[in-house]
Amino acid sequence: MSNKNIEARKLPLPTQDEREIRDVYGELLLSLAEEDERIVVLNADLARSDSTLKFKERFPDRFIDVGVAEANMMGIAAGLANMGLIPIAHSFTPFATRRAYDQITISIAYAGLPVKIVGTDPGVTAELNGGTHMSFEDAGIMRNLPNMVIVEPADTHQLRSLFKQIIYHNRPVYTRLYRRRKDRFFNGNENFEIGKIFTMKDGKDITIIASGLMVGQSIIATNMLEDEGISVRLLNMHTLKPVDEETIVKAAKETGRIVVAENHSILNGWGSAVCEVVTEYYPVPVARIGVRDHFGEVGLTDFLLEKYKMTAKDIYTAAKKLLNI
Amino acid sequence: MKRKATQIRIITLEMIGHLGVGHIGGSLSIAEVLAVLYYKVMRIDPKNPKWDERDRFVLSKGHAGPALYSVLADLGYFPYDWIYTLNKPNTNLPSHCDRLKTPGVDMTAGSLGQGLSAAVGMALGAKIRKMDIRVFALIGDGESQEGQIWEAAMFASHNKLNNLIAFTDYNKMQIDGYIHEVNNLEPLADKWRAFNWHVVEVDGHNVEQIYNAIREGMAQQEKPTMIILHTIKGKGAFFAEGKVASHNMPIKEEELRIAVETLKKEMEQFKGADTK
Repeated sequence: MSNKNIEARKLPLPTQDEREIRDVYGELLLSLAEEDERIVVLNADLARSDSTLKFKERFPDRFIDVGVAEANMMGIAAGLANMGLIPIAHSFTPFATRRAYDQITISIAYAGLPVKIVGTDPGVTAELNGGTHMSFEDAGIMRNLPNMVIVEPADTHQLRSLFKQIIYHNRPVYTRLYRRRKDRFFNGNENFEIGKIFTMKDGKDITIIASGLMVGQSIIATNMLEDEGISVRLLNMHTLKPVDEETIVKAAKETGRIVVAENHSILNGWGSAVCEVVTEYYPVPVARIGVRDHFGEVGLTDFLLEKYKMTAKDIYTAAKKLLNI
Repeated sequence: MKRKATQIRIITLEMIGHLGVGHIGGSLSIAEVLAVLYYKVMRIDPKNPKWDERDRFVLSKGHAGPALYSVLADLGYFPYDWIYTLNKPNTNLPSHCDRLKTPGVDMTAGSLGQGLSAAVGMALGAKIRKMDIRVFALIGDGESQEGQIWEAAMFASHNKLNNLIAFTDYNKMQIDGYIHEVNNLEPLADKWRAFNWHVVEVDGHNVEQIYNAIREGMAQQEKPTMIILHTIKGKGAFFAEGKVASHNMPIKEEELRIAVETLKKEMEQFKGADTK
């Protein structure tokens, strides 16, 4: 494994990138479109905010703004995929999923058309857009669709590594994209693979499984626990579906308890997926850190993490409880 | 083409009749437009259903699958006896069109309102790929109550998709009753004109009128075309014709026999006069 941190007692703390994830995403899209003329970008009046505008300037014929009409966007994307193109449809997470859910279900997933859907500002990172734009159920409802792949790149390095895998996947893929975050959790030497959990650090007393934004909180929690001599295995489950059952079962067997941290509802998200796997193959206690069945609200990310009990401290406390200490 | 339309009705009735129940009304009302498209207008190769340069057809009112399957069976897209498997376990001919199951079906449909958006995407995709092909789409009148139809309509004209020709099967009925009683579409032609489409209204059971309207659509340089087909639900089957209940109804063996016999006599009349 390329990760040299894996045997370390403590992990380097998250740092800040110079650029937002969306800028890197926009660049990746542009450079891939230079070499592959099948790539078509769709937007529903949010190109200004998700940094696909540069794409519009460079490839006006392959940039489609449908206006405020997400259902139609998904149908058009299905039609484009049916013509052998690679459509990538963008909107905020709630409008990229629940707003057009039946269109995604029938015209894309059921029809077997590998449209790429990108939802931006997942979970609490919708921040000042508040409850209407703050979806905690998006990954959950997408998870219920056969054929659908769900990926959540946590930082720019992970995005770079997963980008082509997402675009060229032979199934539809839903990507949760952290638009304005600048977090850096990885060093850039890692290789991430869709469907394969990434081991950030090995450990034997307890496992923390985290995705997206919660990778940062989980790194801090891991170090807090390690400071007390608790050996923590930290896993990054960047792919919600297909679930990497093997790595989860191995963690259950080898560490006996699991905390799952997600920037999503604990219903039908990462915590649920892990519970399903361990319950079926190797039952161990699991604690879920995430949004506990309520709607979102206006607030900055740090405030909401605090309010919804999704901080490093909450992960730490949940772990201690599972360890009975 | 008249003859082919009648033949489509016979196969459709035999298909649904074999099962005993099905979407008779909305399948029989579109026999003429399918005949014109598949036997006269569309560039297709039944031996090569995935031929990239073919014209595409999206049956957005996916429940009329049996009518489309009749055409595809007759053209040899799949073995003819598949028609007796409609809606049977493990069939390749499901109630609603499925591109993954049936050779010749270009798009999956069944959740109403969605097929037109897909057809718009296909027409746009053809333009992006600089392909000289056409996309045809058939929507239902009841289906036109879906908001997505009008999202697609607005986008298609804005993007000048003149390679898209759509049809409305305006048989004036939906499951719960007459369209004008449930949720009126009128003025339907004006609506499409207001969405900046080229609009033609024809007798949906007159193949010449349909053909001429399609030619008119093909000549459009700037606009997509909507051809409103004034049709009769259940057309050609005495027990279903003009009846609201024909949307999805059972067929008795005796009814089937008489209806098919009548249609076969009708076919005899067309013999020689119009073989294609």
